[in-house]
Amino acid sequence: MKFISKFEGPWSTPAEPLDIKTGEWRSQRPLTRGEKCRQCGWCFIFCPCGCRKETGNHFTADLDYCKGCGVCARVCPARAIALVREEV
Amino acid sequence: MPTMDLRGRTRVLDGNRAGAYGVLLAKPDVIASYPITPQTPMLETIYKFEAEGLLDAEMVEPEGENSAMGVLIGACAAGGRTFTASSSQGLSFMNDAYLLAAGNRFPIVMAVGMREQVSPHGVVAGQQDAVLVKDHGWIQLYMESCQEILDTMLMAYRLSEDSDVLLPVNVCYEGFFLSHHSQRVEIPTQEQADRFLAPLKEMKRPIWSLDEPMVFSSYTVPAELFTEYRYKACAAHQRAKEKFDEIDREFGRQFGRSYGGQIEEYRTDDAEIVIVSMGCSTGTAKVVVDKKRDEGLKVGLIKIRMFRPSPRERLIKALNGKKAIGVIDRNVCYAWNCGHNFIELKTLLSDLDRPVPKLVDFIGGLGGADITALQVERVIDRTFAAARGEEQQRVIWLSLE
Repeated sequence: MKFISKFEGPWSTPAEPLDIKTGEWRSQRPLTRGEKCRQCGWCFIFCPCGCRKETGNHFTADLDYCKGCGVCARVCPARAIALVREEV
Repeated sequence: MPTMDLRGRTRVLDGNRAGAYGVLLAKPDVIASYPITPQTPMLETIYKFEAEGLLDAEMVEPEGENSAMGVLIGACAAGGRTFTASSSQGLSFMNDAYLLAAGNRFPIVMAVGMREQVSPHGVVAGQQDAVLVKDHGWIQLYMESCQEILDTMLMAYRLSEDSDVLLPVNVCYEGFFLSHHSQRVEIPTQEQADRFLAPLKEMKRPIWSLDEPMVFSSYTVPAELFTEYRYKACAAHQRAKEKFDEIDREFGRQFGRSYGGQIEEYRTDDAEIVIVSMGCSTGTAKVVVDKKRDEGLKVGLIKIRMFRPSPRERLIKALNGKKAIGVIDRNVCYAWNCGHNFIELKTLLSDLDRPVPKLVDFIGGLGGADITALQVERVIDRTFAAARGEEQQRVIWLSLE
């Protein structure tokens, strides 16, 4: 019998789900205008996927996992984030 | 000296209280359960144990059965030993968490004080609630006596938490007939129970902790991996069968009580016909079998203890060469117009040597009715008639003819 998992049930360590690139589901992407970002961290706190990351002078999205839900744009007090349609 | 501590003594107890002592002896870490008749006195007893300091468990009072199972799933993922109990509508309300527990291979032990499933409405004994979830991935054990409920609680933990099994287990006992009727019960000492459960300390399973987090019920792709988990669960069910026989034998060696494992074969060796029963009516049926034996009739009885997984191999061995089989079903299967054990046995007839036994179904004890000795006599007489080649109805509803 050929098995993929070392586990008996549908369990995994946190590393394994990272193979699933949820960014592929996205229909719109957040664009952050770095110069407007005040680095308050609200997008980081509210992102349901935990995929906002700091770049040094502003926050941006990890597009491998960002599903484009738009929560970050909604909560940003500086209005630094805009959602644009993904090209089909 | 706490008033409730009867460990190491012999007392007259009803099935709910006997089962509660089984739970006490197994020392669970977390108990979350919602009361429902006829299981409520079991919970009350467990709460009294905790109040008197006999039981050191986290007692959670959830807002319903679904949350109760949800709590146990979390506790189990974190490595705890868990217990809950329910019946009928409570079991239905628990359904999606019940499925999650099995699909995630969480070794949870749950008592089912079996009650008819509404509708028609009735707070009465039956088996319909438990047989309804026969393909939900749980192991199901059906009880005949109050002592068996207590003993099987301990066996259930041994089976459930075994690394080769890792499946949740239902200990099913008919409401009122067992839950509220009293019998002589020997309560083991804590030392005896600890010794019996000691092998579980060596059993390993993945456990969630803050230092080493894990994902349970992880979203499963690709389909091959999904299929793999289904396959592994099926294989675990098959392994559980012989494992349960072994655990039952070991229990017998330690406690002097043994129940046959997956099935109990009662006077079947030289029997021409066999009655198959499941649950508390087995006691009555054994008395009638003895009576018929005294009259010189070669009749035996098979009690199905392990309903899930199906004790197929043991049944084939026990039923080979018999002329007819009479099945007593305290439940109905709408799809096949018969009882559940009838259809289970029907599926293994083709694996028996020719000529295959005649199979007759007897539906009785629905709606809380007693399955009487007189009815069992009719079952035996009709099964003998089938063995003689007399045409019998496929399914006989005992109280309707």
